[in-house]
Amino acid sequence: MTQITDRSMRTAAFKPEADDDMLICRCEEITKGEIRRAVYEGMYEITEIRRWLRVGMGLCQGQTCTKLVQRIVAKELGVSPAQLESAAARGPVRPIEMACMGNEKGGVC
Amino acid sequence: MKTTSDVLIIGSGINGSAAAYYLAKSGVDVTVLEGASVIGGGGSSRNGGGVRQSGRDSRELPYVMWGIENLWPTLSEELDADTEYTQKGNLRLGKTQAHLDKLAQLAQSAGKVGLDVRMIDAMEAREINPYLSEEVAGASWCPTDGHANPLKTTLAFYRAARRLGARFYTNAIVERIEKVHGRARKVVLKNGMVFEADCIIVAAGYASRKIVNSVGIDVPMDLKVSETLVTETQPHMFDQMLGTAAADFYGHQTKDGSFVFGGSAGYDQFVRHDETTFSTPPASSLHGPCICRAVTGYFPSLEHAKIIRCWGGWTDLCADGVPVISPVDEVPGLILACAFTGHGFGSGPVVGLMLAQMARGEETVVDLSALRYDRFAAKDKKNKKAA
Ligand SMILES: Cc1cc2nc3c(=O)[nH]c(=O)nc-3n(C[C@H](O)[C@H](O)[C@H](O)COP(=O)(O)OP(=O)(O)OC[C@H]3O[C@@H](n4cnc5c(N)ncnc54)[C@H](O)[C@@H]3O)c2cc1C
Repeated sequence: MTQITDRSMRTAAFKPEADDDMLICRCEEITKGEIRRAVYEGMYEITEIRRWLRVGMGLCQGQTCTKLVQRIVAKELGVSPAQLESAAARGPVRPIEMACMGNEKGGVC
Repeated sequence: MKTTSDVLIIGSGINGSAAAYYLAKSGVDVTVLEGASVIGGGGSSRNGGGVRQSGRDSRELPYVMWGIENLWPTLSEELDADTEYTQKGNLRLGKTQAHLDKLAQLAQSAGKVGLDVRMIDAMEAREINPYLSEEVAGASWCPTDGHANPLKTTLAFYRAARRLGARFYTNAIVERIEKVHGRARKVVLKNGMVFEADCIIVAAGYASRKIVNSVGIDVPMDLKVSETLVTETQPHMFDQMLGTAAADFYGHQTKDGSFVFGGSAGYDQFVRHDETTFSTPPASSLHGPCICRAVTGYFPSLEHAKIIRCWGGWTDLCADGVPVISPVDEVPGLILACAFTGHGFGSGPVVGLMLAQMARGEETVVDLSALRYDRFAAKDKKNKKAA
């Protein structure tokens, strides 16, 4: 990466849109408007949007809304969704009980 | 693109971003250079969220206590964002007499610096937290400790600084500092770009070492991995921050109900690394299970709580366990803030405030002479001092 990213690009003033109330992340109840505003406030990376708003951090871990969020952020920044780095996927693949993760005796837990 | 400013900050973690905020607030022209693509993506967005005084070295306590008294309680309003700061105390748990002795010793030395921390028996500990297992024999109790959401706090400092006109550049990997007429002046990026300022604050975690090496300064530190995990949302159980004398886990229940627990499997200083620290540390299969076993030993009722994510982060371990927060005499214009040794989140706001004060040439709110960069004497000299 040789090009540095200016985080203070003064994008035009935040303009509310008619469908800003639309729910995007259903687990954490985050709307399109909240995501758009976060971009406007400097959260240019999907990882930052996640950390700032908790989108995709709830029960489904982003399985439903990841693509939608990517599209909204890309449009706001004027780039293609493919240019955005997606947030890191982290283990475990499925939720696992503490007793089970800590079990090293083998067998069913 | 503007490449000159009054102050340049290297690293956008909680320390760099907070310093940028307090500088911008006082009208100083400040630029932050972050090597990664993400703001604050190092330890500052990966930590356990502890905002605690208990268990700290007495050299750190004065400023950490200052921050908890003067900055944290109003930080959410100050930054116009919910940092989820919760000040409901810290229970440091012990299971054996040796644990209790260790806790009592820590409490005593903290008490000397004026911290309200005292030993309590198992019954009182269970009154504060009824979910503790029978194995808990006692605890130290510090009512003014707490926790906050590190992701939101770090990004809130960034957002607030940016609102006030601080400039941030990401993917801006700093390679070295260059002096002009004996003063720190230029910062050279990997891509060849050069930024200039009258004052340069290096707050890049472990990577600070290599950066200040370029002007002949060194800090004895090492890279250490630290791991954390988070559970699904649980019904509300308790609000305290938790730690243990055995240092086998620490953590708290967050505002949304999930538990964040950190710990170690014992090999954290021997993890493969490439020294850049932009990367995500390799998560070891030993950590998660080890943390789970520790937690359920103190909180049996959490055994069915489900883990949804595990992650690791780099910490900058100092040879003597406390950070370097200091101007550098040999290189006027250079200020160093690194080696936070795995507990620099809770102190972030006050450290940022004091870095801003140093950059403006003012006295810091708390005397930091114990944390100077040139304190590292040879062991024979140290022993003499102690004797
Ligand atoms: C798992 C874990 C749990 C923790 N738990 C707690 C806790 O409960 N309480 C607590 O107080 N502390 C805790 N800590 C420690 C705390 O997170 C750190 O001490 C603190 O975040 C340090 O902040 P910083 O700004 O100094 O460094 P960092 O957050 O590491 O920021 C340094 C920044 O510098 C950037 N950088 C690096 N090299 C370069 C370069 N060459 N050019 C430009 N930029 C560069 C990095 O990308 C990074 O963004 C924990 C840490 C970890 C990893």
